[in-house]
Amino acid sequence: MTSSLTAFKAILGKDLRTELRTMRSLPAMVLFAVTTFVIFRFGLDRTVLSGSLAGGVLWMTLLFAAILGINRIFLAEREEGGFDAIRLAPVERSTLFLAKAAALFTYLVVLELIVVPTFALFFLPHWSGLVPLIPVLAGANLGLAALGTLISSMAVNSRARDLLVPLLLLPLVVPLMIAATGASAPLLEAAGPAYDDYGTWLLVMALYDGIFCLVGYAVFEFLLED
Amino acid sequence: MSGSGLKAISIATVITLIIGFGLVFFWTPMDADQGFKQKIFYVHVPLSVVALAGFIAGGVEGVRHLRSNNSRHDLNSYVFIHLSVVFGVGALLTGAIWAKASWGHWWVWDEPTLVSFLIVFLLYCTYYPFRYAIEDRNRQARYASVFAITAGAFVPLNFMAVRMADTIIHPRVFATSEGGLPASMLFTFLVCLLGIGLLWLTLVKLEQLGKRTSGQVSRLRRALDADPGRRGSVGGRIAPSGEVR
Repeated sequence: MTSSLTAFKAILGKDLRTELRTMRSLPAMVLFAVTTFVIFRFGLDRTVLSGSLAGGVLWMTLLFAAILGINRIFLAEREEGGFDAIRLAPVERSTLFLAKAAALFTYLVVLELIVVPTFALFFLPHWSGLVPLIPVLAGANLGLAALGTLISSMAVNSRARDLLVPLLLLPLVVPLMIAATGASAPLLEAAGPAYDDYGTWLLVMALYDGIFCLVGYAVFEFLLED
Repeated sequence: MSGSGLKAISIATVITLIIGFGLVFFWTPMDADQGFKQKIFYVHVPLSVVALAGFIAGGVEGVRHLRSNNSRHDLNSYVFIHLSVVFGVGALLTGAIWAKASWGHWWVWDEPTLVSFLIVFLLYCTYYPFRYAIEDRNRQARYASVFAITAGAFVPLNFMAVRMADTIIHPRVFATSEGGLPASMLFTFLVCLLGIGLLWLTLVKLEQLGKRTSGQVSRLRRALDADPGRRGSVGGRIAPSGEVR
């Protein structure tokens, strides 16, 4: 038990330190997201967004930026022998899943700390919907972190990993995106945040997160066997 | 390899389907609202139900494969998912025809069952590129099982979320498709469901037999071959190995 916790902290600390020193994923994710906003500004020909359009633009951008990070989450393990190390170490393999999901969750939080205010600055007429947006972001991050870690570990050992991550992930996150946009759209209305079905959608996200955290935790060790 | 089970089940399939379609065309009443067009219901709905059940069964076989590490379950999981994708194409095509006939459009977004089915179908289409992108046989089998389990858990969740997106935006009363059916239509529907289910099972058995036979052939050829290095790659792309030992 203690050894799992130590291993969890060690892997998470390693990942965050590596990211801080090499800056392999986060700057690219942020840059990608901000550029996508610019494309949306011209693609939709709007300077102000509200309601479902705002929710859609925000979530599509966050999702695709997240895919960039998910693609790379196991890159160091593959290239520098991290998988072998965790196989040799006397710790539960699922610890790697939890630590990687926690690292991905952290990346997504940092991404959103920069990108969501930028989005508000670019497009939103007022910022009052941003605070109730926080639980929605957290719920979606948890789902993306769990599922992204699972999918990334499945794809990283195949020939076409960059291709497979979005291919496998996009259909799987449809329910999560339905819930996230369903909860966000009323919050970003031009007339001020509304809370239609806010709680219901948060519950759907919680259910989704719960199921895929459990599935990921249960099946992950089979992906590491060799 | 005995094919007797296959023979019996094929005959049962043909008989059930003939009875089912006979009932569809000569016994069930015409739908008061849609007329003859509604008869596609007896093909479309069983196809989708059987495909979804097959996806779930593929996930169950995935669990059994991971627990037992017996490649027979991986073969089952692959064959179940493969035939359910094929049936899924049929369900989407018949759904599009039905939509065109009764609503005038080939595709409608406000029919949650159809939309959910499309999402599930798209997900399972990625099973093939994913599976064949992994070279090592054992790893391929394990990873495919993990996919089957994840996707199997996703199916009910997806149906719930898509249906909710629709009801929350414009609420309506949900009658399940059997809800308002008169007894004769319900009976015919059940016969057709049984027939399509048996058809699925026949094709599953056929494909399993084919996989096993080609596995056996390549094993025998390897044993026969004096120089295994020269012709080692016989049957290279045959998906899951059919070895049942």
